[in-house]
Amino acid sequence: MKRISFAQALNEALHEEMGRDPSVFVVGEDVGLLGGLFQVTQGLLENFGPKRVIDTPISEAAIAGAGVGAALVGARPVIEFQFSDFMTIAMDQIVNHAAKLRYMTGGQAKVPMVIRAPVCSGISMGAQHSQNLEAWFVHVPGLIVVMPSTPYAAKGLLKAAIRDDNPVVFLEPRLLYASTGEVPEEDYVLPIGKATVRREGSDVTIVATGRMVGMALSAAERLSQEGLQAEVIDPQTLKPLDTETILRSVQKTSRLVIVNEGCRTCGYASEIAATMADLAIYHLDAPIRRVTAQDVPMPVSRALEAELLPNVEAILAAVKSIAK
Amino acid sequence: MEPQSLNSEKAIGLYRQMLTIRAFEQKVLDAHQRRLVHGAAHTYIGMEAVAVGVCAALNEDDYVTSTHRGHGHCIARGLEVKRMLAEIFGRATGYCKGKGGSMHIADVSRGMLGADGIVGGGIPLAVGAALGCRVRNLSRAVVSFFGEGAANQGSFHEALNLAAIQQLPLIFVCENNHWALSGEFKVTTAVPNVADRASAYSMPGHVVDGNDVEAVFETASKAVQRARTGQGPSLIECKTYRWEPHSIYTLRDPRPRQEVEAWKLKDPIARFRQVLAGREWLSEEQDQQIQREVNQLLEEAEQFANSSPYPEPSEAATDVYV
Repeated sequence: MKRISFAQALNEALHEEMGRDPSVFVVGEDVGLLGGLFQVTQGLLENFGPKRVIDTPISEAAIAGAGVGAALVGARPVIEFQFSDFMTIAMDQIVNHAAKLRYMTGGQAKVPMVIRAPVCSGISMGAQHSQNLEAWFVHVPGLIVVMPSTPYAAKGLLKAAIRDDNPVVFLEPRLLYASTGEVPEEDYVLPIGKATVRREGSDVTIVATGRMVGMALSAAERLSQEGLQAEVIDPQTLKPLDTETILRSVQKTSRLVIVNEGCRTCGYASEIAATMADLAIYHLDAPIRRVTAQDVPMPVSRALEAELLPNVEAILAAVKSIAK
Repeated sequence: MEPQSLNSEKAIGLYRQMLTIRAFEQKVLDAHQRRLVHGAAHTYIGMEAVAVGVCAALNEDDYVTSTHRGHGHCIARGLEVKRMLAEIFGRATGYCKGKGGSMHIADVSRGMLGADGIVGGGIPLAVGAALGCRVRNLSRAVVSFFGEGAANQGSFHEALNLAAIQQLPLIFVCENNHWALSGEFKVTTAVPNVADRASAYSMPGHVVDGNDVEAVFETASKAVQRARTGQGPSLIECKTYRWEPHSIYTLRDPRPRQEVEAWKLKDPIARFRQVLAGREWLSEEQDQQIQREVNQLLEEAEQFANSSPYPEPSEAATDVYV
């Protein structure tokens, strides 16, 4: 094992997959010369040249469309958006083309494309650079949506996403880029569609996504000091969701709190809540609680942004409101 | 590499394709009256010379992206009319097993990457196809068909710019039929020719009489040659006209009747027939023989489509993921 950062883990995945498969290529704004706004594509241009590491103009719709078209003819593009918010400019290509072409063509077409995008809430970037739009993409049939929370998951899942024959939206919490963790020296790939239990416990299940996993673990530590054992589950893949793992935990703990950084209404937390209400209502001893961002655009001031986003205190309050 | 030229055999082939497209569209209109068509359909009658002239300049392994008005492109790329019609009739034997319909007919194995229901949606895909081929070291030309309406979408401008800076082997073909549903070209567009916009992206722009299949073929051949020799993309604007309303569901056609009638006098098929007859490449008997064969083909296509099964309900949720 070695200890590397989340951003390094992603970078290693790109280097390894491009080295393994000559049809993999990277395209986006500032991915070549600069090595990516957040340095995730560092060294790729030097290693693989401008034919496979393509700096584009600021044309998000064309970048996404170029990815889809390249995938249709058998290449495996990894496209990068500098902020996940900018995917809104490319929604036609992502939603109407990447996601739908396989179905519309009756299974003829394959779109093996990865759409990488950092989710940048929590760093005072304001309303157009801080959104957590995962629920939008989860809502679209044909897309796979992945959101890792550790360097180990980031590397293993990005490699899996590149090898997958479906379009994968790969969301990277910006605040985790510098976080470090252990990663095997040898080649490994993690399965898409598998949740992981980050902490075992018997009193309450906390399902948390992306950057929220760390907060949920902090909350669980504090709860443990008070005698409450929380189980923390990280879905890792938001679509398809590993409902089995969550269900098993809820059957054990009978209590469920979901922590998601997206806005509340029709958010990803709501989907997990609805699914567990369907599958496990008779196992639940208390209402399901959602800890989410408010239905408000993100402000820049740190004093305001913190007010709107989930935090450890909010998770503790939610758990205590349903604790035995 | 010399641009291809049109000999009598190839010319007759193009003529037959134009007739096939028209007969196909008439079949679609007729079938719609009989409630056999599932969903929308946009016919290509009057515009046949564009798809046929451009596709004649391509190799079998080149790629094409198309539009909501895509039947002509499919036929010009050699797709089978019976499977196209079956698709439009919502049958399991259609190209997309009834899931795509008129606006999504595709045959990926033949380089027909699909008709497209989003105006301008296929243009960036074509750029991607060319990029993907470059990454895979495949030498292919890529054609993107789109209407004049698409030239006002951002995707058009983004795609042309990206293709130009990457010097990709692309041919952007604007089928200017002068009208969106009710938006007339000269009212919606700030330049007299879409091809004028080529200069903004440092690529050649050509205005062609889109009802002259030979002129279209000649211009397309030069653009394809340019693409294949690494000189980058071209924009070709084919001035043409659709005879029918926007779609089979259009309730009111706002175009002046005299204008429609005047364009019908410029029928690309009648015109080409005259040219072929003048060169003595096509006798009247041959012409009638071809027309009989085309009609026969369409009769068989309808029979095939109409006798084909609908997809099983259990198929509804398949093909979402690989």
